[in-house]
Amino acid sequence: MGHLSYEESKKAVFKGLILLGVVTLIEVFFSLLGKGYVIPGLEDYTWLAYVVGLILIALSLYKAYFIIYEFMHMRYEVKGLAMTVLLPTALLIWAVIAFFQEGNSWKERRDLIQDKDEESATEETKNTQEGYLLDETTYRLVM
Amino acid sequence: MATTDTVMEHDVHNQQGDAWEGGKAPFKASYGKLMMWYFLLSDAFTFAGFLIAYGALRFSSPTWPVPDVVFSTAPFGIHNAPLIFVTIMSFLLIISSVTMVRAVQEGHRENKNGVVFWMLLTVLGGLGFLGCQAWEWTNLIKTEHMSVTLNPFGTHVESGVYLAEDGSETDEAFEAGETYLIHKAGAGHHGDDHGHDDGHGDDAHHHDSHDYTAGDHAGYTVDDKGFIHRKFKVTEGPDAGMIKQQEFGPKAFGALFFFITGFHGFHVFSGVVFLLIILINAASGLYMKRKNGHEMVEKIGLYWHFVDLVWVFVFLVFYLL
Repeated sequence: MGHLSYEESKKAVFKGLILLGVVTLIEVFFSLLGKGYVIPGLEDYTWLAYVVGLILIALSLYKAYFIIYEFMHMRYEVKGLAMTVLLPTALLIWAVIAFFQEGNSWKERRDLIQDKDEESATEETKNTQEGYLLDETTYRLVM
Repeated sequence: MATTDTVMEHDVHNQQGDAWEGGKAPFKASYGKLMMWYFLLSDAFTFAGFLIAYGALRFSSPTWPVPDVVFSTAPFGIHNAPLIFVTIMSFLLIISSVTMVRAVQEGHRENKNGVVFWMLLTVLGGLGFLGCQAWEWTNLIKTEHMSVTLNPFGTHVESGVYLAEDGSETDEAFEAGETYLIHKAGAGHHGDDHGHDDGHGDDAHHHDSHDYTAGDHAGYTVDDKGFIHRKFKVTEGPDAGMIKQQEFGPKAFGALFFFITGFHGFHVFSGVVFLLIILINAASGLYMKRKNGHEMVEKIGLYWHFVDLVWVFVFLVFYLL
């Protein structure tokens, strides 16, 4: 503190309340818009779901920034403190990319396994013998 | 604390322990505040781990219950009101975060009564949030029968029409991607509390006159736990014309929901306990006598804002996306 007068900081707090409230309402609006509640039929557009998702993530990150910098007073701490707390969270960017990719891969495996389970043996595959170089009848003749 | 010099002097004088006695406080912060920041950083990684696990499992599931359907109820019999209740919960946390900022400001002015007043409001906000969460959990567990291992919220992967009691087709159609709730026999008020399937001419709710013994029926199957899986006829895709039945949704949903919101709720609960302890200390005038003044209020304030910060992301992934 010490950068704003008491009256100024009281006003800033009130502004923060309005800002966070409005951003939250905008988020809920966009979420419902993407699911087709505001305008029916919109939920069928796949690209809209991605746009809405990005908007929601951006607004949430903005809220997080505001809470950390204004409410938790990170703005008034020295740069070193802010960096030691904030920089390690950059590791999470890779964690998100890697694990979501991994999750997607699990889904593909599940689909693959399901497809394989539903496959039935055809005539052709029934007659193939494994481990024999020649046709089955050839071995019968020898024995 | 108008200038940097007085802040420095203030901080250097109130440090305990040898590490902070080099004449200059690291990062110009007190030991307690800096360590609170680092604790919060580690806690952020714990929450991030949970939320990323949620994301990975959600990506790995072919379907996921639509949150607007799952979270569309509120107390006093309100249903079909998507996200309204959780928005109220979010506002409770935001407001209590704001009152906490006010408490910290009054602490800087060494205004004991101001600190007590604003901290009291913060505690009320926290308790209100916990009350809402208790209602939400009770509704999910008692009314909708969700558990850590069972998720009655399934999602259609194909379009189709539901079958009536006698196995004939109804005009109750649905599209791929729609989420349904599998009701339990013998608890007739479900349909009223949770309005998804209502208003579609659905007769599965009038439980008294129907046979819900476990086994295969013409229009539905009742499993040994008493859940009624309604049958439907697929109308599109390669399986068109086939009769299928409602299946449970991805199991991971319940476990992730109860575990992550529970962990957050536990943070809120412990926050309320610490707020109360510090509130009582402040009211007794303890911090007026301390050299570092109301710094305790500042530290619990950091923790409380962090709880609000985590909720921003829990709100994002569980309810908005």
